[in-house]
Amino acid sequence: MSGQSLYPRLEPLLAQVQKPIQYVGGELNAQVKAWDDVAVHWALMYPDAYEVGLPNQGLMILYEVLNERPDALAERTYAVWPDLAALMREHGVGQFTVDAHRAVRDFDLLGVSFATELGYTNLLEALDLAGVPLHAVDRDETHPVVVAGGHAAFNPEPVADFVDCAVLGDGEQVVGDVTDVVAAWKEQGRPGGRVELLARLARVDGVYVPRFYAVSYGPDGAIAAVTRTRDDVPARVGKRTVMDLDEWPYPKTPLVPLAESVHERMSVEIFRGCTRGCRFCQAGMITRPVRERTITGIGSMVDQGLRATGYEEVGLLSLSSADHSEIGQVAKELADRYEGTNTGLSLPSTRVDAFNVTLANELSRNGRRSGLTFAPEGGSERIRRVINKTVSKEDLVRTVTTAYANGWQQVKLYFMCGLPTETDEDVLEIAELAVEVIRAGREASGRRDIRCTVSIGGFVPKPHTPFQWAGQASAETIDHRLRVLRQAINADRRIGRSIGLRYHDGQPGVVEGLLSRGDRRVGRVIERVWREGGRFDGWSEHFSYERWTAAAAAELTPLGVDLDWFTTRERGQDEVLPWDHLDSGLDKEWLWDDWQDALSEEEVADCRWTPCYDCGVCPTNGTEIQIGPTGRSLLPLTVVGR
Amino acid sequence: MARQPDGPPPPPTVQKLRLRYAKRGPLRFASHRDLARALERALRRAQVPMAFSAGFSPHPKISYVGAAPTGAASEAEYLEIGLARRCDPEQVRAALDASLPAGVDVLECVEAAEGGGSLADRIDAARWRVELPGVEPAELAAAVAALLARDEVLVAKRTKNGLRDVDARGPVASASTGGEAGCAILHVVVRQVTPAVRPDDVVAALAAVADLRPPSPPRAVREAQGRLDGSGTVADPLGPDREARARCQGEHAAV
Repeated sequence: MSGQSLYPRLEPLLAQVQKPIQYVGGELNAQVKAWDDVAVHWALMYPDAYEVGLPNQGLMILYEVLNERPDALAERTYAVWPDLAALMREHGVGQFTVDAHRAVRDFDLLGVSFATELGYTNLLEALDLAGVPLHAVDRDETHPVVVAGGHAAFNPEPVADFVDCAVLGDGEQVVGDVTDVVAAWKEQGRPGGRVELLARLARVDGVYVPRFYAVSYGPDGAIAAVTRTRDDVPARVGKRTVMDLDEWPYPKTPLVPLAESVHERMSVEIFRGCTRGCRFCQAGMITRPVRERTITGIGSMVDQGLRATGYEEVGLLSLSSADHSEIGQVAKELADRYEGTNTGLSLPSTRVDAFNVTLANELSRNGRRSGLTFAPEGGSERIRRVINKTVSKEDLVRTVTTAYANGWQQVKLYFMCGLPTETDEDVLEIAELAVEVIRAGREASGRRDIRCTVSIGGFVPKPHTPFQWAGQASAETIDHRLRVLRQAINADRRIGRSIGLRYHDGQPGVVEGLLSRGDRRVGRVIERVWREGGRFDGWSEHFSYERWTAAAAAELTPLGVDLDWFTTRERGQDEVLPWDHLDSGLDKEWLWDDWQDALSEEEVADCRWTPCYDCGVCPTNGTEIQIGPTGRSLLPLTVVGR
Repeated sequence: MARQPDGPPPPPTVQKLRLRYAKRGPLRFASHRDLARALERALRRAQVPMAFSAGFSPHPKISYVGAAPTGAASEAEYLEIGLARRCDPEQVRAALDASLPAGVDVLECVEAAEGGGSLADRIDAARWRVELPGVEPAELAAAVAALLARDEVLVAKRTKNGLRDVDARGPVASASTGGEAGCAILHVVVRQVTPAVRPDDVVAALAAVADLRPPSPPRAVREAQGRLDGSGTVADPLGPDREARARCQGEHAAV
């Protein structure tokens, strides 16, 4: 019988695995609905470990939105660690949801949120554990429809063989449309079987069904054409955009796990989208335009969320939180409201701007000033012009010094390595900068115990960005630059001991690059890696570069392409990119011009404060920038914990 | 100069409450750290006026006593909280219970009596009930008899310092058996020792003395914790606080 609990068979296995609590559900604010009361059953998966997946906002939002519908239920499932996976195979227990421990195989839909491409092997593992055929073409109408979402879904071609659909853009509304289609098809007695259902889904705005698009390749290995195989599906698939965030105050009751997770706090998304125009940033490109939640909308979400969770910290989430048009007032009024309640408020990493120190001071006035994070991203002024994240060295040093002078002991600076046009010198400037920051900071704060942590990772070019044509730096290049940077930082021990360096070596970035800008041929590489044991590729202890390079060589060489072809090769203007038929709204010509501007180190301003520069998003999608100020303010509340 | 928190120091503790709670069902897989986080959040949600430690990173005043291991259920977990404002213990119990996930259930709450000593001092043993699916009662009874006939049974136990042999027989104060066909039940009272001897260790000792090897993992429930008295009974650690309260109320009534 469908929808039965696997728990009695799972329980004895849990006694034998690490951290069993991650598999039992029962989180605060979790929901379990009766199987037979609803028409449509969604399993929602975050394809990584529970501790990473549980705090994911996207999944939490869809979980609530779907469970609010009387005709649908949604349960969650996460990647299981190899110790439990082995026991599940041995005892014939399938991939299960944590809410009611139902078999994923029984659900109508399996929605998978891909924040990163490194979750692809975990999707294959979950499908296999669930008893769902890996390849979409092998599934019949009794199998769940596998739906990919999240930022990586803007180029789902590498997983095109494994998913039935990909959804582009904001999920809040489209999950409802998909639910309606599935409900109607089931109600009508499943006419036309699975193919008819997928054809109906392909006509939902924002839904891409790869099997209805054929890809052909030219003699040079590049794509010759992507053509639809049915007239009733769109030639290009557009993205979905939710307008008026105040109408979508989700999650209203965030999930609170018993198990430890990577974010031990509640998050409130204060705006969506970003038009700063950082050229490396896929999130900023594909989530346009900027849509702010109003100050009153933010205030009520913070209040309701704290009451519902008991968290002691609230993160004000967005791609660049200090850019909210009323952020100063939001910070001050929230700090006023929660004064004396041991409630912490925080902004995620911010731009380098003196105003942000003031903001951080305000948010932390009731608590500890431990660490502050800035993201200059590029080491030199020149490379910061290339990536369009312009800040002068003087401003950077002044801002960080101000932070130390205001009692912040630890400043973390985020950088990338391997950016287009980058040389060793650009990266070495990071060391100069860090040394100067410590020198000036010691002087300004009068303390010797201040610290600066330089956190640096390899840049991976992403689809739908001006850098989508760029050649990715090789792992050797990245590792070399990190090595010279480390030497430069350690050159003067008296300063160097106050500087920490955190870095990721270059190899995982190359695999991420293959999966980010790959086409359907890359699917064979993913499948081989999974068959050879690849799982949890985002975890260094599980990631094997050798397994990936060997699989890439075995699967791609016969097709006349290779790993370098997908990663370090620069693309030409006329090349058909694997995601050209998927429309983020960005005009391809504008992206190309912006790429050329990057190469000539020319900047572009933010369209929130300067005239529109025609990126194409608003006219394509019928959307517009939604920003304040609203002029409203937060009303005093009776607050928790007072 | 190091920054100091602005404003006055946090209010002092004016009342101490002692709670007994259970972890049940699937939540037996929660670790002590998991439970501690859940309890702290539930105290905030329930708006219990906790007393806090001073400093930039104030912590609510909570002390835990002898947590049951991950995987074991319990009907007798204890903790003590310090409050900044006096509250009715039963109201705190109900509010906290309502704020916790189902499966972590607050069963009792009493005010700590002045000068009555610490909660930890009132606990030196635990009574366990261990279900052994797939084991026949007679088989278990024979194994338990073999165990009790010995003075010492060493079992390998994973500790912070690696594998180590510990005596799993010595701390066993009493043991009896029951259950039904297909699922034997072990009742055992174990004294608190360091490193702790847990139900798993006792089951390992049964394997060592009688080759009893349960086909699937045993399910343990801690039924009681407290002082082991002369008659072999585990006393209620909240008893003295409850008695002091009753005495106090009696005096008030007399006045």
